[in-house]
Amino acid sequence: MADDAIRCDACPVLCYIKPGRTGSCDRYGNQAGKLVRLDPHVVLDRALERGQPVVPFLERSNDWDGSLMSHGETFVTAIGAGTTYPDYKPAPFIISSQVEGVDMVTVVTEGIFSYCGVKVKIDTDRHLGPECSAIRSEGEAIGHVTTSEYGSQMLSLGGVRHLTGGSRHEGSATCDALLNLCNGNAVELKIDNGAKVTVQAGKPPVVDGAQEERMRVGCGSATIGMFAKQWFGKVDEVVVVDDHITGVLSEHQAGKLLGVPETGIKLKGRRSTPGRYFQVAEPGTSWGGTNIEDPLSILGKFNAKKAWPGLRLLMVSTTGEHYAYFELAEDLKPHEAELPANLRESVARIKENCEPALCTVLFMGGAGGSLRAGVTENPVKLTHSVRGSLTRVTCGGAPVYVWPGGGITFMVDVARMPRNAFGYVPTPALVAPIEFTLKLADYGALGGYVESVRPLSSIAATEDGRKRVNAMPDNPWPLESAEVSKKK
Amino acid sequence: MNQRAQIRRLDDGRRLHLHDGPIDLIVEAFGPRREVEAAYRAASERFATVLDELCTELSFLRRACSPETEWPQGAVARRMTAAVMPYSAEYFITPMAAVAGAVAEEILASMISSADLSRAYVNNGGDIALHLTADETFVVGMVERPDRPSLFGTATLASHHPVRGIATSGWRGRSFSLGIADAVTVLADRAAAADAAATIIANAVDLPGHPAITRIPARELAPDSDLGERLVTQAVAKLTDAEVHEALAAGMRTAECLVRIGLIRSAALTLQGDVRIAGELRDSNLVTNRVDERNLVHA
Repeated sequence: MADDAIRCDACPVLCYIKPGRTGSCDRYGNQAGKLVRLDPHVVLDRALERGQPVVPFLERSNDWDGSLMSHGETFVTAIGAGTTYPDYKPAPFIISSQVEGVDMVTVVTEGIFSYCGVKVKIDTDRHLGPECSAIRSEGEAIGHVTTSEYGSQMLSLGGVRHLTGGSRHEGSATCDALLNLCNGNAVELKIDNGAKVTVQAGKPPVVDGAQEERMRVGCGSATIGMFAKQWFGKVDEVVVVDDHITGVLSEHQAGKLLGVPETGIKLKGRRSTPGRYFQVAEPGTSWGGTNIEDPLSILGKFNAKKAWPGLRLLMVSTTGEHYAYFELAEDLKPHEAELPANLRESVARIKENCEPALCTVLFMGGAGGSLRAGVTENPVKLTHSVRGSLTRVTCGGAPVYVWPGGGITFMVDVARMPRNAFGYVPTPALVAPIEFTLKLADYGALGGYVESVRPLSSIAATEDGRKRVNAMPDNPWPLESAEVSKKK
Repeated sequence: MNQRAQIRRLDDGRRLHLHDGPIDLIVEAFGPRREVEAAYRAASERFATVLDELCTELSFLRRACSPETEWPQGAVARRMTAAVMPYSAEYFITPMAAVAGAVAEEILASMISSADLSRAYVNNGGDIALHLTADETFVVGMVERPDRPSLFGTATLASHHPVRGIATSGWRGRSFSLGIADAVTVLADRAAAADAAATIIANAVDLPGHPAITRIPARELAPDSDLGERLVTQAVAKLTDAEVHEALAAGMRTAECLVRIGLIRSAALTLQGDVRIAGELRDSNLVTNRVDERNLVHA
């Protein structure tokens, strides 16, 4: 028997489970040699660790109605709620509950978003590909590289053009990738003239097979500014290698202020302002997001009038992952030497200040007229109500950012939603949960389907089964005002 | 009663959830309350020993069946063996191919023998045993890809149809498949028969040796799989329309043969968005509604 498989003893089937796989029940899995239990959900339950409502049915009296929900502590999400047709019908669930004495209404629906996509932020200084390059999944273009942000690269994936504007394959590859990303699964993306990146919400990116560990604390110049004082006196020159701005201690304002003497160092690349250089090398996946393997390759000859034998030079990348220490010989050529103990600390500190690199995935979609018509007879009033902060929008119970301007275009961090909250239709388009919560009185005023409102307790006995899941502790409670949530 | 089995009413207060090891059943009975309670009690009592019974004969049930094979002892094991036996001369098949349907059937049988129900179903992870009395119907939704919650169609089953079993198989599902169908849903007179047939048809939807299909010996994924060193499908890259047609045509030949000889009533085969329907599902007496964008709210 393969020795990396473990035997699960949860039941008499006694499956042998390989690492990364589950047993025949799909409930127990082997995660890195450990037997782990896994499971799904739908109704957010605020009571932490109340546990599954396992009811010893055989010992239960006849009159139990199955109700397990208490007011205010349970929020019905739209995940699995279904949708309606035709559009003028009320949303599938319009639920009332009392929160601190006020009657609240939550309109719950699953919307089909043809106009949707994800924005991905990848914490990396490595060059992933030129801006505007196409990003492919299964060989089809599903999005493009957009701006670089501080220590991160942004990708824009999906959108209506890729979903429905191209070939059938393009549409289904796009839908597939979006669905997987939104549901928390890993997706492999290939960037034209760039890297292959494996993206999974909440996990470090994997760039060309190498897992990214840290994001930089600042550009090379900023790093000089932050650490100049810690280097002063321990080393004569420091070069912080960075794909964007490479910093040089002796020329940098921070070095000047400390009185660091000139060293005669000569950097390749284009000088921006003193001690700051652009384009010292090509973008790549090595030192500081450049393509260099040998840091000396970005240096010219030291100026003999200023440099001196024995000059101590530290070269370090913006994440502290790469570093080398040199001393100048009699001929003023740098020779690599062991990094002195008193510099090791500063290199470690750069690394320590570089936060763990993550991929973050925000779903972005627009609630169009049809979806809003499920909430009110006059869809634009819902928009106005959201604008006026009378109506709270949540996505699977998670808070959303609603863009200013017309319509209800929102973004939500998929990591704050229950897993597998998204579905799809073959159009192709994504199906995402969306909930609108507002006061019952306001709901009436905006032309809501007041006659369809039903109490929370009633859904315990409705046709479809509900699953409950504990609310994520970091999310504000959807039925509560922001101030109250903060106090708790 | 064994300590593992979880028996509980779902939050809706109506359905019963029976869970033990890899067996996960959603049960619902319709009728007078007293009868429903009696049915649930019978189901729970029967359920308590099912997994233990199966496990005592597990090594036998994981072996290929042939017409000469001896028969196992347990009631569920015998249902499984009976369901796969018609295929055993021609195909590689083990009784495990019908385990889900056979368990559903057994639990349903315990319910209708101890209560008077108008309708009932036992859903074992998509393999479903049905009970229908006069003028009752069930609407069954079909999912294109078992790993995704999206209906591609519905079928309405009425009491005058002989169908009492539904099962789905495909490489994306819980069990391994030798074929490349995303899902094959079979309607048959009994659940175990539907389960075995779905396995056979899903295996037949295939493009042998095609480079776009990733296959791995079952043992490498699950060391104790009944499929041994047989190559099971782990990934299927995009196929051309012609290839999709070819693979589905292969599956349809098997499905139509099974319909003709009466082992099944109907089958729906899906592969990369394409659907083929064999048997009476195709005709108007069982209505399938393609769920398309018109049925849903557009954002």
